[in-house]
Amino acid sequence: MRLILSLIAGSLFGGGLFISGMTDTTKVQGWLDVFGNWDPTLAFVMGGAVIPMFFAWRLTRGRQPLVGGEFPTTRPELDHRLVTGSVLFGMGWGLAGLCPGPALASLTYNGWAGVLFLAAMSAGMLISAPVGTQLDRLAAKA
Amino acid sequence: METDWIWGLVGGATIGLGGAVYLLGNGRVMGASGIFGGLIDGSGWNSLWERVAFLVGVIVTPLILWPIYNVEIDTHMTTNVWVIIAAGLLVGVGTRIANGCTSGHGVCGISRFSLRGIVATVFYILAGGLTLAIFRHVLGLI
Repeated sequence: MRLILSLIAGSLFGGGLFISGMTDTTKVQGWLDVFGNWDPTLAFVMGGAVIPMFFAWRLTRGRQPLVGGEFPTTRPELDHRLVTGSVLFGMGWGLAGLCPGPALASLTYNGWAGVLFLAAMSAGMLISAPVGTQLDRLAAKA
Repeated sequence: METDWIWGLVGGATIGLGGAVYLLGNGRVMGASGIFGGLIDGSGWNSLWERVAFLVGVIVTPLILWPIYNVEIDTHMTTNVWVIIAAGLLVGVGTRIANGCTSGHGVCGISRFSLRGIVATVFYILAGGLTLAIFRHVLGLI
């Protein structure tokens, strides 16, 4: 059951990324490029995605996930990792116009460049623990 | 294209539906960097097959939709090897340190009015816009 639901969710996610045009890096960079030829598409994608999720979160109240267990809780605290991590991520996102979802969804049609990006992203994930520890040290000093 | 925003909205809603299935079904937040990252660094191997099933859906569905969609797809991916490697590393490190990307913090976070999700989204968009402005309009590199 868990696996089937995962497959369905992943298919909707990948299909949505594909038809929304979010695997086209010019659409993502076009949205970030406020000083150039601005492309509003990403805002529509975000808006369209937030609406079903808003109702989904409402439906979690007083219920359990279909497979049992508990719904995820929120962490209220803001920390330096959230900000520094998001800034690093944003820099990479702006440079290539790819974030993790579209990088995966476009894997079969993004050529060697897409494969190289995914490999570099995986390497980045592997070194993120020591990098995070270094950032913690810097934050403690500051 | 003039119809881009409609496809954006439809694709976005599909992404949101995927997130809703993953949340209400499996009780998990649909975040691409978390699902993929947990496989890469081993932290998510206790839910190995759930993650694999999700990723199979993400990667295979665009291939199925391609012939139906019947539109020329070009990712316009950069071919500058150094830009790809730098961007991939930044996206990998950043999303793991911030514990989320556009899907987890963006789609799933904003829709539950999570402060962490909103703060992360503001910072990666600002960092992305600024990086693109510098590298495209000041340095002319991308």
